[in-house]
Amino acid sequence: MPSKEDIKFLSNPDIGKKKKRYCRFKKYGIKYVDYKDTEFLLQFLNEQGKILPRRITGNSLKYQRRVARAVKRARQLALLPYVTDLLK
Amino acid sequence: MLRHYEITFLVDPVLSKEELTQIPNVYADLLKSNGCEIVYIDHMGLRHLAYPINKKNTAVYYCIEFTCTDPQVIDQVELAMRRDERIMRFLTVKLDKHGVEYNALKRKGIIPWKEAMAKAKAKKEQAQQEAAADQNNDAPSTEEKEPQNTES
Repeated sequence: MPSKEDIKFLSNPDIGKKKKRYCRFKKYGIKYVDYKDTEFLLQFLNEQGKILPRRITGNSLKYQRRVARAVKRARQLALLPYVTDLLK
Repeated sequence: MLRHYEITFLVDPVLSKEELTQIPNVYADLLKSNGCEIVYIDHMGLRHLAYPINKKNTAVYYCIEFTCTDPQVIDQVELAMRRDERIMRFLTVKLDKHGVEYNALKRKGIIPWKEAMAKAKAKKEQAQQEAAADQNNDAPSTEEKEPQNTES
């Protein structure tokens, strides 16, 4: 009898499995989004400096709003760009 | 009502060092004379701007945290900043209780959720390494099997 580890799949069996998304703010107990902490905010931006949607980051609505506000504040203070290429 | 506020502003980097150190004190004094209490003045230092402002690519950042009961004081300070040519940009923010807590801890060099995040990151990396190790183990075994099949 082949053990479970010996079975080879033609395609990756993990494909199609829904990975459980979670809100990292709730998970780690983050309560305040600092607009001066650009390194942290970079996690929620794409390469052009656009704010990533909730469906990708998995943020809860409450914290998505706060992230968006923090990013916009950081942009006003030139800590983050409004538009660029190759931010990361 | 006593509220916490934070003014972050960018100062022209062309000025002399003395002037640069004076500017935050000038505004702190202005706030104090209007009955505000300064919690902390953060010298964030010279930084590259994400985009040029007034044809300059760098600026000196300062952040003053203070408590204030009368919101009209903020109007006065902002007006003074608008008139001040040395200040390139400013932003006043009202802090909620979490913000106050965060700033107090940050001053001590503690970020409360850093540990939890670092742990999660380490776990993730470990899982990735294990997955990579598994793949490496798999690879030679398949190579061994293939020649056997051809022989038979």
